[in-house]
Amino acid sequence: MTAPADATARLTGFVAALRAHGVRIGTGETVDAAQAAAALGFADRVLLREGLAATLLHTTDQRRLFDAVFDLYFPRGVGAPEGETGDRDDLRDRLADALAAGDDILLAQLAVEAVDGLGGYGSSPGSDGWSSYQTLERLRPQTLMARVRDDVRRQGGGEGFTGRLLEDEIRRRIEAFRALVAAEARRRVAERRGRDEIARRAVAPTADRVDFLYAGKDRLAELRRTVQPLARKLATRLAARRRRASRGTIDLRRTLRGSLSTGGVPMRPVLRRRRPARPELVLLCDVSGSVAGFSDFTMLLVQALHDQFSKVRVFAFVNRIDEITGLLDHGAADPEGLGARIRAEATLTGWHGSSDYGVALGEFAERYAGAVGPRTTVFVLGDARTNMSDPNLAAVRQIAERARHVHWLNPEPRAQWGTGDSAAYAYAELVAMHECRNAHQLGALIGRLLPV
Amino acid sequence: MFTSVDDVSARLAETGYLASPAVATTVFLADRLGKPLLVEGPAGVGKTELAKAVAAVAGARLVRLQCYEGVDESRALYEWNHAKQLLRISAGRDETWDETRTDIFSEEFLLPRPLLTAIRGDEPTVLLIDETDKADVEVEGLLLEVLSDFQVTVPELGTITATRRPFVVLTSNASRELSEALRRRCLFLHIGFPDEELERRIVRLKVPGIDAALAKSVVRVVGALRAMDLRKVPSVAETIDWARTLLALGAGTLDATLVRDTLGVILKHQDDVQKAAAKLDLDAV
Ligand SMILES: Nc1ncnc2c1ncn2[C@@H]1O[C@H](COP(=O)(O)OP(=O)(O)OP(=O)(O)O)[C@@H](O)[C@H]1O
Ligand SMILES: [Mg+2]
Repeated sequence: MTAPADATARLTGFVAALRAHGVRIGTGETVDAAQAAAALGFADRVLLREGLAATLLHTTDQRRLFDAVFDLYFPRGVGAPEGETGDRDDLRDRLADALAAGDDILLAQLAVEAVDGLGGYGSSPGSDGWSSYQTLERLRPQTLMARVRDDVRRQGGGEGFTGRLLEDEIRRRIEAFRALVAAEARRRVAERRGRDEIARRAVAPTADRVDFLYAGKDRLAELRRTVQPLARKLATRLAARRRRASRGTIDLRRTLRGSLSTGGVPMRPVLRRRRPARPELVLLCDVSGSVAGFSDFTMLLVQALHDQFSKVRVFAFVNRIDEITGLLDHGAADPEGLGARIRAEATLTGWHGSSDYGVALGEFAERYAGAVGPRTTVFVLGDARTNMSDPNLAAVRQIAERARHVHWLNPEPRAQWGTGDSAAYAYAELVAMHECRNAHQLGALIGRLLPV
Repeated sequence: MFTSVDDVSARLAETGYLASPAVATTVFLADRLGKPLLVEGPAGVGKTELAKAVAAVAGARLVRLQCYEGVDESRALYEWNHAKQLLRISAGRDETWDETRTDIFSEEFLLPRPLLTAIRGDEPTVLLIDETDKADVEVEGLLLEVLSDFQVTVPELGTITATRRPFVVLTSNASRELSEALRRRCLFLHIGFPDEELERRIVRLKVPGIDAALAKSVVRVVGALRAMDLRKVPSVAETIDWARTLLALGAGTLDATLVRDTLGVILKHQDDVQKAAAKLDLDAV
């Protein structure tokens, strides 16, 4: 790749696309990136990519997004591959060889050919395009598993102890190949439709911006892996707020003692630290099917933050409520299993299986009144969809009167509040309700709303 | 300091550090743009080692500020030598208090700490601020100040400005999130686990005498362990330790018994050992 004539425009477009995905990039970073590109040149894509990442990013979690967008703005190649693209059988043969050899360069090249040969659809401009789904459906790389394994064994590569690692290794290579195909299809589409649009639409957002309500199993698993880093970030933020809040009066005795070394001149005032007791937290979580992903994630996050509080109690409900604080303690060891265990071990449903906020909140106010006091902050997690039953506003009012704060986090877009069976606005009149659709919003809300 | 990214790789390799393209590129840029380098990544991937290698390549002195909980200005920047000052006062020559005071707040009584040491001095310097995330948030403010202008003000002495800016490397394990302001000052480098080929080269370099095929097997097993969902996955440091152990045991190839008996070198938690043993089918032996 030689220096594109429009190098500056390319770089600005790239930065704009990253910003559109929520990456915060200032002018200073953009200038650094331009300097990096000038120092590194455009000839080596890998160096350029690493140089731009070093200047534009400040954390690790945006790297996947960065790489996907980079592939569009500084593509491996331009246009269709040169030469004849083989047919499906020929591609499969060569793919099997490349997988057996673990040859990354060859795999990248085959991804290009595969999309070109198998991924095109439509013929009229405007309705045609390139599909990674279609490419992979036709090529079916996952069915090469046994063949590749046998090939490697035949060449003597499956012997000894490490022979047992072979299948997993091949599986990981196939996964990597699928990702290469997806990236190549995006590149081809971007050539047709304009890369700005494809960068905006077709690049998956970072995990923390995926809607809880629509996140699939994979994305939820990926999200769970962000719990610890997010908890660390929040702990830092809360500690800073706590420090600001406790910065207080001068401790005269310690100031004078400290002044002995300066000949009795009190040079450094010693500040007295107020050590306020940490707040208590109560979580009330709707764990019914529709919002379970949201609740599970939030519970894990709170669990990871537990040393920020003097006490945490967690309650789950569908149409009955039960305390699950104990289950959550073990949840840290096995986060995937948390949801299933809650639903298996707690009594959350009565005669039917759908949410009933009114009954559940009423039961909480009655059975667990002692859990809420003037030092308690209560978070209610749920979409406030009552299945047409009585929202029991009196129970919520009662909880709000006893607690220090009550916040309701609703995973639905604000535009849907109050539609259908949503009692969101009725509840929002009694307690502060916040839209909380993704991990990014959740982090911001917790960082802001938690008392310190 | 460097003419190209390849030059960085080649010269780091001479000192025994094998850099990935990401590492070499970022070191090259940190030097070119004159910006501090923030290196993040799991334990044992060679963050500290990188700073040492850069110092060796540059023929620079290495000044290291090791951060820990409670490290403060007097440990990081400078401190007055109170004991010596008191001695000087009580030695009490014929002079006014003003004269004494001027004297006891002079160079002679100053104890420079790493940040000040790195800024003074004319020789090329690599300043390593290690495990920055262990320090309290207040220290970040201090770092930010020093890394912005490379100058330090000692009220009694005046402002000391670097005549030669040190090459700064900050490392972090991300046990705490560093502030946005500090991050923005730095070039960012994440060092993850090396790819198979690089790790094989690292093993052969650090464990001379190990058979190429054994080194390859070692790296493949470690790769498999990293793909498992363990409490603490093995890092490069563990790969090297394991290879050394196997060499010391005189092993020529891996077998299930050997792996089972030495798994404790690679994995630190007992439940990880059990999980890995099950997944690798070691229980059968
Ligand atoms: N790329 C590399 N080339 C040569 N040696 C390496 C490399 N990466 C890691 N090592 C070796 O791995 C070991 C661990 O490295 P080091 O102590 O620098 O890790 P670290 O990232 O600073 O870990 P920690 O976060 O625990 O401080 C060292 O013995 C080092 O020599
Ligand atoms: Mg270290």
